[in-house]
Amino acid sequence: MKGEEERERIPIKERPEWADVRPVPQDDGPNPVVPIAYTDEFSETMDYFRAVYLADERSPRALHLTKEAILLNSGNYTVWQFRRRILDALNADLHEELQFLDQITRENAKNYQIWHHRRWLAEKLGEHVANKELEFTKEIFCKDPKNYHAWSHRQWVLQALGGWEGELAYCSELIKDDIFNNSAWNQRYFVVSKSPLLGGLEVMRDPEVAYAIEAILTKPENESPWRYLRGLHKNDGNSLANDPRVASVCLDVLAGKTDYVHALNMILDLLCHRHQPSKELKDAVDAVSPDPNLPDAGLAENVCSILKLVDPIRANYWEWRKSTVPAQD
Amino acid sequence: MVEKHIKYIISIEKKKDDFASVVMEHLRLNGAYWGLTTLDVLGKLDAVDQDEVVSWIMQCQDQSGGFGGNIGHDPHLLYTLSAIQVLALFDKIDVLDIEKNEDGSFFGDIWGETDTRFSYIAICSLALLQRLDKINVEKAVEYIVNCKNLDGGFGCAPGAESHAGQIFCCVGALAILGSLDHVDKDLLGWWLCERQVKSGGLNGRPEKLPDVCYSWWVLSSLIMIDRVHWIDKKKLVDFILDCQDKEKGGISDRPDDAVDVFHTYFGVAGLSLLEYPGLKAIDPAYALPVDVVNKIFLTT
Repeated sequence: MKGEEERERIPIKERPEWADVRPVPQDDGPNPVVPIAYTDEFSETMDYFRAVYLADERSPRALHLTKEAILLNSGNYTVWQFRRRILDALNADLHEELQFLDQITRENAKNYQIWHHRRWLAEKLGEHVANKELEFTKEIFCKDPKNYHAWSHRQWVLQALGGWEGELAYCSELIKDDIFNNSAWNQRYFVVSKSPLLGGLEVMRDPEVAYAIEAILTKPENESPWRYLRGLHKNDGNSLANDPRVASVCLDVLAGKTDYVHALNMILDLLCHRHQPSKELKDAVDAVSPDPNLPDAGLAENVCSILKLVDPIRANYWEWRKSTVPAQD
Repeated sequence: MVEKHIKYIISIEKKKDDFASVVMEHLRLNGAYWGLTTLDVLGKLDAVDQDEVVSWIMQCQDQSGGFGGNIGHDPHLLYTLSAIQVLALFDKIDVLDIEKNEDGSFFGDIWGETDTRFSYIAICSLALLQRLDKINVEKAVEYIVNCKNLDGGFGCAPGAESHAGQIFCCVGALAILGSLDHVDKDLLGWWLCERQVKSGGLNGRPEKLPDVCYSWWVLSSLIMIDRVHWIDKKKLVDFILDCQDKEKGGISDRPDDAVDVFHTYFGVAGLSLLEYPGLKAIDPAYALPVDVVNKIFLTT
């Protein structure tokens, strides 16, 4: 909990500004089902909250009380909803509210209510908070670069309020920090396809394929750049098969003789889309086959057999892939 | 272990001065669903007093017809589904005044909602209440399909990263609406089976840690698209069993972590989907025991 509680708490019933209010106890009915043993502080705060909530009192003291309730349990969506009504009624300073939100988000970065409140605020404050919101999500990513709520918020900010200028560079930065960060790769795809400043996927494809290939060569076992590569070709097998760089990177990975499961999978996809394998590629596949006595089947079937051996947890999947290899002429 | 898990569930909310139970207070209805469904799958729903639970749930219902997370809380979709599901477990959906629940604008809002979780919740709730005719199914499907990514997965909104939890919501909703033809089952099946890591557990996104709750989100999705044979079932069973607290009962997110009712439910539900002996079958789309679902749809 935050700094406010470090001061000795005065019970609400002893605060003169609350003297006129009769607290409303929780009514669990005559036979409570698994009643929760609340602390006195929690009970008292919620008893007074119920009082102002039922009276629909949208006052400064009610606003303060919702803050106390939130600090005790930031997941209480009823309290958040009522707080929004009060903020509207009082025409409160929403910049101040954003500062409060910054504080509690840092401690509760995966809380749905907090992020929902943040979106509500940002929407009201408009474009001029775009940069602040982008900076804030960056701060969250410093501690948890895959926080799904923060990414969702960031994508919303970009689309609703703008601020695309530095986004591709930011993705590069995150990927440099952790090349396995799938959220960063997803964001990269988001930027490349949706940023109004970049020209769209068709324009960006070439340099981005190069970027993906470099990442693959760095860590061939990394699922993300392989998916990104597929995404750049809109997951169209023919498009992938017609891009010589794709077969080329597979070959390079195989030559390294390690971490080649994703490369083999990609080769399989290319072969299934009528890619004509070079002799080099065939030799490279043979070179990694753990079983030298493979039956004389087609290259694609051999790749499936190898995958069954080197990625046994998905053996059934690779067996199914084998059954769908198109007939070779 | 079954007896220990049951003891664990019955005891959880009785802990005093427990921070976890305080912050659970607004989602007691969800907690009730997790705990009670687990008991039913373990064949021990009679361990709780049905009348007490039903009466408490009805006190969570608001004038609008929706349910709050606990008594005195605002109605919200999240808890409304749990309420309906728990009532279904006890075969007490008839206590709901169904007409009263039909507030068109309440559900109408979700199409602007930025999260596909709510699509699933609304569709599942309405299906259990047999009132799917109240919504524009085409529009519902359209929104979900807009959240489909090139990797075959789904995110919380268009453009969002594919995430197993969101995938469950989207695939579940489409399954209930009879619209699974919008899913590329081979492509998604592959993405899903890639969630299995060396330990046998499942993660929710590439390069993240395995977590028992994904035994549900990923597994039920695979079953709904008929691709569950693409993972190594035995290794997953072993992973889930490893996440049990063998002394005190309950299941945690991964081996040796603290248990909670949420992961206990998903672990047991996952084991049921994997046909672990001694467990009731559970429906992958409705997340309720199959006999409960059958009772709703095969009677009347």
